[in-house]
Amino acid sequence: MSSYKIIDHEYDVIVLGAGGSGLRAAVGLSEAGLKTACISKVFPTRSHTSAAQGGISAALGNMGEDDWRWHMYDTVKGADWLGDQDSIEYLCKEAPKAVIELEKYGVPFSRTDDGKIYQRPFGGMTKNYGNGTVQRTCAAADRTGHAILHTLYGQALKHNTEFFIEYFALDLLMKDGACKGLIAWNLNDGTIHRFRAHSTIIATGGYGKVYYAATSAHTCTGDGNAMILRAGLPLQDMEFVQFHPTGIYGHGTLISEGVRGEGGYLVNSKGERFMERYAPKAKDLASRDVVSRSMSIEIKEGRGVGKEQDHIHLHLSHLDKKVIEHRLPGITEAARLFANVDVTKEPIPVVPTVHYNMGGIPTNYKAEVLTVNGSEKTVPGLMAIGEAACVSVHGANRLGSNSLIDLVVFGRAAAKRASELVKPGTPHEDIGETETEKCLERFDKLRNANGENSTAELRLAMQKTMQSKCAVFRTDKTLKEGVDEIRKTYDGMSSISVKDKSLIFNTDLVETLEFDNLIRQAITTVDSAYYRKESRGAHAREDFPKRDDEKFMQHTLSWCNGKDTKIEYRPVHKKTLTNEVQYFPPQERVY
Amino acid sequence: MVQINLPENSKVQKGNYHKDKTGSKNIKKVNVYRWDPSTGEKPRIDTYEVDMDNCPSKVLDVLNKIKNEIDPTLTYRRSCAHGVCGSCAMNMDGKNGLACTKPHAEIDGDIDIYPLPHLKVVKDLIGDLSGFYKQYESIEPWLKTNTKVETTEIIQSKKDRAKLDGAYECIMCACCSTSCPSYWWNGDKYLGPAVLLQAYRWIVDSRDDERKERLKKVADELKLYRCHTIMNCTSACPKGLNPAKAIAEIKKMLATS
Repeated sequence: MSSYKIIDHEYDVIVLGAGGSGLRAAVGLSEAGLKTACISKVFPTRSHTSAAQGGISAALGNMGEDDWRWHMYDTVKGADWLGDQDSIEYLCKEAPKAVIELEKYGVPFSRTDDGKIYQRPFGGMTKNYGNGTVQRTCAAADRTGHAILHTLYGQALKHNTEFFIEYFALDLLMKDGACKGLIAWNLNDGTIHRFRAHSTIIATGGYGKVYYAATSAHTCTGDGNAMILRAGLPLQDMEFVQFHPTGIYGHGTLISEGVRGEGGYLVNSKGERFMERYAPKAKDLASRDVVSRSMSIEIKEGRGVGKEQDHIHLHLSHLDKKVIEHRLPGITEAARLFANVDVTKEPIPVVPTVHYNMGGIPTNYKAEVLTVNGSEKTVPGLMAIGEAACVSVHGANRLGSNSLIDLVVFGRAAAKRASELVKPGTPHEDIGETETEKCLERFDKLRNANGENSTAELRLAMQKTMQSKCAVFRTDKTLKEGVDEIRKTYDGMSSISVKDKSLIFNTDLVETLEFDNLIRQAITTVDSAYYRKESRGAHAREDFPKRDDEKFMQHTLSWCNGKDTKIEYRPVHKKTLTNEVQYFPPQERVY
Repeated sequence: MVQINLPENSKVQKGNYHKDKTGSKNIKKVNVYRWDPSTGEKPRIDTYEVDMDNCPSKVLDVLNKIKNEIDPTLTYRRSCAHGVCGSCAMNMDGKNGLACTKPHAEIDGDIDIYPLPHLKVVKDLIGDLSGFYKQYESIEPWLKTNTKVETTEIIQSKKDRAKLDGAYECIMCACCSTSCPSYWWNGDKYLGPAVLLQAYRWIVDSRDDERKERLKKVADELKLYRCHTIMNCTSACPKGLNPAKAIAEIKKMLATS
């Protein structure tokens, strides 16, 4: 594609994405003396990490006895035994260090009476291996993600990280199975840039926008995941999509689990605190998949609230006004703005809402990307972190507040690993032009698309299919319909239309490229769900209500070429990393 | 007499009129500033007739409806859609705010939408914030501590932590700075309310050991004292923060130190 002038850059390492994990990695890389570029389609503090509310988990023990092994047990159980226990051990053991480090960076954590970091109870977080609740979730009021993201951006500035802001990444540059960098489009002046790097770290977040109702931002389109698929590599466990129990009805805005952590509870149309029936011990603080399923059953059985009886009430008006004012100010504002509710007087109308992707790019605990070709192998030059990655620490269901800790622990791990692998200033080998041409061909084709179907129509069709066919409860029938329907939407792309042909801040084209990314992930999600004939964590099959450890204690791997997928499995790691903790064998999961 | 004229490329023209095609009885006219740098044309105001019966409650919903259903070329920033990322800051009905939290029902008559005032326009509603971000960098927004403690947090009392309330919540949307006439005039040298609020956030953090240096750094005729307590910043802040008060506090600290 000679018509596009290409501007070349050479770096030791590039980080794609500037949310919590990308920034933490960039800080570590800069500290290690590696020439680092951090590329993001939005200004760093606009990343979706800013929307995280409740907190970040770490067994600090500031509010009573705690142990990282208990945290590990809770995470293994929350994951419904689909998590890799070596990675989970690493996460939970490193967590306290990572939080202390954030505090030193300047995160304005809320405080206890003796001036330590305040910690609140959260779903699925227990003491002594499931015996009673523990306060493990470190909070900056209910704006923890925002506080962490802004602080990490400050740290990156301190370390003179080079940012490429409002650059939209198009594709990875692969050569002989190794990653050599990526190509991106600078929205501000319309130029095309080729970044060469010895290590490329993908930190592009989740792809919540394949669904119609999601707490995810407009920009959560999993661009990195789709780049992996186009590079001929697999994604892992895509069927595991977390529905957060409390998204505001009709709008999708997140209402933190911290509300229930501070004493809020869910009520059906009969005024019952129904969670007592589904999770006698943990009640409203059972893990998210359990609470979302319980709410869906209540609604399905006619006990939903509202005119259509299609949602649930979250009560917090009984809480001390001071608790609401100091610990939940953000959700107070959100409830007023988006539900027209005064939380000190009325309940918030909520409904399970798509929130998090447990699935993503398979990695080991060092953040190196994995593929399977006969056996498990790392992909040279490629790493992934944050929601984009599937380490897998969250397995089939993530516990609340385990995502923020995942960002910083594995962001840090990636920087550490990259600095072991890459010697600063190593020259770059020639890679030829084939990959660049292939990438720009797709770009140019979409830019000049003059078909019948608008991107917005196709996106809506995809979102409606995913919402109705691949929801909280799934069956063979709905999934099969989803598998077929989503492919029809994919076919619509052959006649897509892009009206804006310019190169400067062409958001029509950006959204079309994002849709191209989303639809591939929608296909792998619904296909992976169709082939997993068991119920585990967030994947609830009405036709296969039991967990099947014999057949399915395995990670799904899905390759996707156009609308054709290939599904394979790889066993869950059944070993811990060290002897400091023993492997937790599968048990029945009750809360 | 001196003649003062707008530069040619700042003269806003009457643009395209997009008539409603849904047959709705509940139509609102939405006038939007448009400028595409690649055409060489002057900026214009396009008018869209929008069916309000099928439109959710916020101005961002109106824009999304236009982009999805009427004109996909309309360009604006957006992301979280609930007032935490700060992407969709713009001027609506003559006032700066976030499109995602501003109810359109609060606007009588036509809805007029412009980019944030006094920024170089990149395209349509997208303003160039690079100067604003540079200023943010200049206040060194990171904790400077001499603490030797490594394994535990730095102790901070609840009272000291409370001093950060009203400052750390800033989402850097630039609604305040771009509403300030003093910033319009001296935006290259005056730090403006958003950045001064951030400077204040680090000055009052009890964990920071360079309070004095930070104060000294902002104690400048242009950086700080171009604030003439006009208070537009505080009335513009979509998060209900009070940058004017933070600036006054900085001035007070300097006057009494």
